[in-house]
Amino acid sequence: MIWLLLGIMVIATVFGDLLQSHEMKRSGAQSVNARGLLALLKQIGNRLYLILAIVCMAISFFAFMALLQRAPMSFAVPASAATVILETILAKLFLHERVGKRRWAGAVLVAAGVVLLAH
Amino acid sequence: MIGHRTRTQTLLLSVIVIALNGLGNLSLTWGLRHAPDPLGLHPLRYLRAMIDPFVAIGIALLILWLLTRMALMSWADLTFVLPVTSIGYVLSAVLGCVFLQEVVSIERWAGTFLIFIGAMLVGVTTHHRTGRAPEEPK
Repeated sequence: MIWLLLGIMVIATVFGDLLQSHEMKRSGAQSVNARGLLALLKQIGNRLYLILAIVCMAISFFAFMALLQRAPMSFAVPASAATVILETILAKLFLHERVGKRRWAGAVLVAAGVVLLAH
Repeated sequence: MIGHRTRTQTLLLSVIVIALNGLGNLSLTWGLRHAPDPLGLHPLRYLRAMIDPFVAIGIALLILWLLTRMALMSWADLTFVLPVTSIGYVLSAVLGCVFLQEVVSIERWAGTFLIFIGAMLVGVTTHHRTGRAPEEPK
C-alpha cells in the first residue's frame, strides 16, 4: 500500500509540476507580495492547464496524507524526490529547458539520495 | 513591472518555499498522527481530519507553499526549482527526528546528505531560466 500511494503521488506530482511550470513560464515573472499571490489565485481559475495542475496536486496531496499515516515523515517526504529525474528529463523534452552538466549531476545525486532513503 | 530577478532574490524565495513546505508537512503529520481513524479511501475521514487545528494549519501553510512555488516557477526553470527545493527533504528529516521522535537511520541521513549536495550543485548554476522571461502585465 505504501508503494502504491507513493506511485500515485509521484505520477500526479510529475504531471502537476510540468503543467504548472509550462503555464508559469507563459505568464511571466509573478510578484510574491499579498496582491501578487491573490492575482496568482485568480489566474488558476482562468487557465485550463493550471486547473489540471491543481487537480494533479490535489491527487498527490491526498495520496501524501494517506502515506503520512502509514510511513514516517522522514521517509514519505524525501521519497517524493523520486520525481526529480523524471521531471528533469520531461522538462528538457517538453519544456525545452537547458539542462547543463551541473543540473544533471544534481538531479542524479538527488535521485541517489532517494534510493538510500528508501532503504 | 516586476523587472529582472536577481540570483539573491531567487534563492531567497527558494528559502521561503522550503521553510513553508517543512513547517506545513510537520504540522500536517502531527495532526494526522493524532487522527482517530486511518484515512484509507474514505472521503469523509479526510474531511474530518481537516477539522484538526494542526492539519488545518498544515494545509494553510501548504497552500501558501503552492502559491510561492508557482511564483518561483515563473522566475526560474523547473530543472532549477526541483533540486534546490529538495533541501526541504533534508528539513523534513531533521524536523521528523527532532519534533516527531522519528528514528532516522544512517542510510537515511546519507541519502538526505546526497539530496543536499545535489541541490547545492544546482543552486550554484549560473542561469536560473532558459531564455528571456516575459514580464508580468501591468
